[in-house]
Amino acid sequence: MQFRLTDEQHMVRESAQAFLADVSSTEQVRKAMVQAASYDADVWQRLCTELYLQAITIPEEYGGLGMSYVYLAIVLEEMGHKLFCSPFLATTGFATNAILLSASAEQKQRLLPAIAEGQTATLAWTGPQAARMGGTWGAEAISATWQSTGEGYRLDGEFSYVLDGDTAELLIIAARAQGSSGAEGVSLFAVPADTAGVQSTWTPTMDQTRRQAKISLTAVAVANTMRLGDEGQAWPQLQKTLALAKTALAAEQLGVATESLDIAVAYTMEREQFGRVIAGYQAIKHKAADMKLKAEVARSAVYYAACVASEVLDPEGDQTLAAELEEAAAMAKGYCSDTVFFNAGSALQLFGGVGFTAEYDIQLYFKRAKASELYLGNGAAQREHIAAMLLDSEVAQ
Amino acid sequence: MKLTFSAEDERFREEIAGWLQENLCGEFEHLKFRGGPGDEHMFPEERKRWEQKLAEGNWVGIGLPKEHGGRSASIEQQVIFAEEYARAGAPGRIGHIGEGLTAPTLIAFGSKEQKEKYLPGILNGTEFWCQGYSEPSAGSDLANVCTRAVLDPETGRWRITGQKIWTSLAHESDWCFVIARTDPNSVAHRGLGFFLVKMQQPEITVRPIEQLTGTSEFNEVFFDGAVAEDLVGEPGEGWSIAMGLLGFERGVSTLGQQMQFQNELNEIIRIAKDNGAAKDSVIRQRIAEAHTGLRLMRYNAMRMLSIDERSGPDSSALVYKLHWSSWHRNLGALAMDVLGPEAELMDSAPYNLTRLQSLFLFTRSDTIYGGTNQIQRNIIAERGLGMPREAKGR
Repeated sequence: MQFRLTDEQHMVRESAQAFLADVSSTEQVRKAMVQAASYDADVWQRLCTELYLQAITIPEEYGGLGMSYVYLAIVLEEMGHKLFCSPFLATTGFATNAILLSASAEQKQRLLPAIAEGQTATLAWTGPQAARMGGTWGAEAISATWQSTGEGYRLDGEFSYVLDGDTAELLIIAARAQGSSGAEGVSLFAVPADTAGVQSTWTPTMDQTRRQAKISLTAVAVANTMRLGDEGQAWPQLQKTLALAKTALAAEQLGVATESLDIAVAYTMEREQFGRVIAGYQAIKHKAADMKLKAEVARSAVYYAACVASEVLDPEGDQTLAAELEEAAAMAKGYCSDTVFFNAGSALQLFGGVGFTAEYDIQLYFKRAKASELYLGNGAAQREHIAAMLLDSEVAQ
Repeated sequence: MKLTFSAEDERFREEIAGWLQENLCGEFEHLKFRGGPGDEHMFPEERKRWEQKLAEGNWVGIGLPKEHGGRSASIEQQVIFAEEYARAGAPGRIGHIGEGLTAPTLIAFGSKEQKEKYLPGILNGTEFWCQGYSEPSAGSDLANVCTRAVLDPETGRWRITGQKIWTSLAHESDWCFVIARTDPNSVAHRGLGFFLVKMQQPEITVRPIEQLTGTSEFNEVFFDGAVAEDLVGEPGEGWSIAMGLLGFERGVSTLGQQMQFQNELNEIIRIAKDNGAAKDSVIRQRIAEAHTGLRLMRYNAMRMLSIDERSGPDSSALVYKLHWSSWHRNLGALAMDVLGPEAELMDSAPYNLTRLQSLFLFTRSDTIYGGTNQIQRNIIAERGLGMPREAKGR
């Protein structure tokens, strides 16, 4: 039992920090927010060729680094700190996990080396009706359909809220058998974004540091070899993928929450009123202390969930720990969602009037906080998920 | 970063779990799940005998070095011991002040003679200790100690005069460690001494404080020229010794505390399922929040105990008290809300609380003793975030 970062993990953190300091300054973030592609292709190339960060969790046999999910969490935390605009989360935290959990060895050999070399990817599963289902992100949100055509499949339907869906080169698609519902009939497909009948449209979002898109599929034809996992049986893999994605997003939220605290404290140490710095007032100190507490507990939640995720992705991983994935991911996403919004909101208040200006960066953190809080379900949604596990089982405690 | 224990540690787990199963029965059976916070006044004699039983198995002070009578157990093993102890429902440790505070302090700061004199009584479960820190005007401002120590030129002994308060288990203790002012002209943390005082002497009066629970774990202790058996360190070093000792306080015992919290939460969940509260969406949220808070408390503690030489002490240690105290206080309120109208009904007159009523009331002290939540927030802001220190009135 050593619940702390290893020297190697510290080194990865430091190299990510150095890289991000170079490529994700305030000016660079603000430029990426408004440019057509939402991220800088040159920066992505550097990330992929110099640091190889997008290949962290891809096994070595498929051209990756074969490192644990803890490393991915560390990198995502640093990206959260700097509001790094890139398809990194969509590619590593969503699409890659779907492939790792559901693809055959042959499919992995076909798909993963490309990602390891810099191909961008995302996961599309929520249909437009999810908006009317109280923000559900589970199996019931899947509405696109697949039909077998003998030599392959025909895919039809619409997806909303697809992270970086307008720029991703590879789409991992969840669709269901016609007439099926819930967890039944769900299949996953790997679909290159340039396949005929695939249309992606950017949907502008309040948080401009991360893109979302709508994707529509009209009579898209894909070969049998593009189906990941068994036909109609993919929900358990997709559910695990979403739990891994929650863990990844929670790690990023930790960075956003910590940075919000740090920049707010730095500001209160400079800002003087009534003849002294406002950081000396207990009303300010105690607010900052509450933010610090949440950030520290959030860190424990992220490290725990990342350890569990590592066991899930490791074929020889500890099965007892791996079985905690649903719960660990829900706890991490729930706690970090509450924390990131509390910290960013409190930080905005500590900045006072300038917090409301476009010029100060805290507004960017605040907007990212709300966006990431809602994505994959907010704190209340995660708690209900946990409550169902605790309270609705027939097995006595 | 690793969350699993080694095979050797798992064997240690079997050893302690097996020992507890064999020994926590018979005359000790009724002590199970008793004597914890809020229940510390119960069965003192039986719990002292239990300490001697533990000592026979060499389970007292397992983290202390072998040469001082401990087992030199690793942090992992201490964690496992605390967890298995609580899992078995073994009783609240009446020897925890001596084991967890006096012994490490003596090992760090005591003379050879002092170690030889006091450690055996602690480790064989025959001598029990209490802590003489707080005073009526030295609460959050602990350094404002007024109790005086005067060197008697005839006997060469220090005599203590003053009043301590909130002293847990003073009426069950053989010894007290006391911080008292050796330099009458000093203020705050300067000029204090760290004394070891025998409780059974006519110059000491113990008066129980009746709490809002109707019970009395805490006492006032009056010193009227009481003789101090020993001074640890030199006069004037009392504050640094006391602060070193507070460092020992935040240790592995927190893992055992969490197992007890888990038992409490399990009971609340059982009641909620039974009485239908588990269908209420607000109660569901609160139970899930409590469950999450407790699980994450465990990982906070794991971080705190996994010392990282590169980053120094983990910042999770700073927030630990504020987190658990607030969590536990909320749990007490949740217990009442899950019970609904049943929450009011007592075991019996005149004022015999149920276990959960006791939890509800006693947890109000968690956010006060050992540094109030407000003091904790000051510490977090000042030490954790580098914000300015509070202005002082002297």
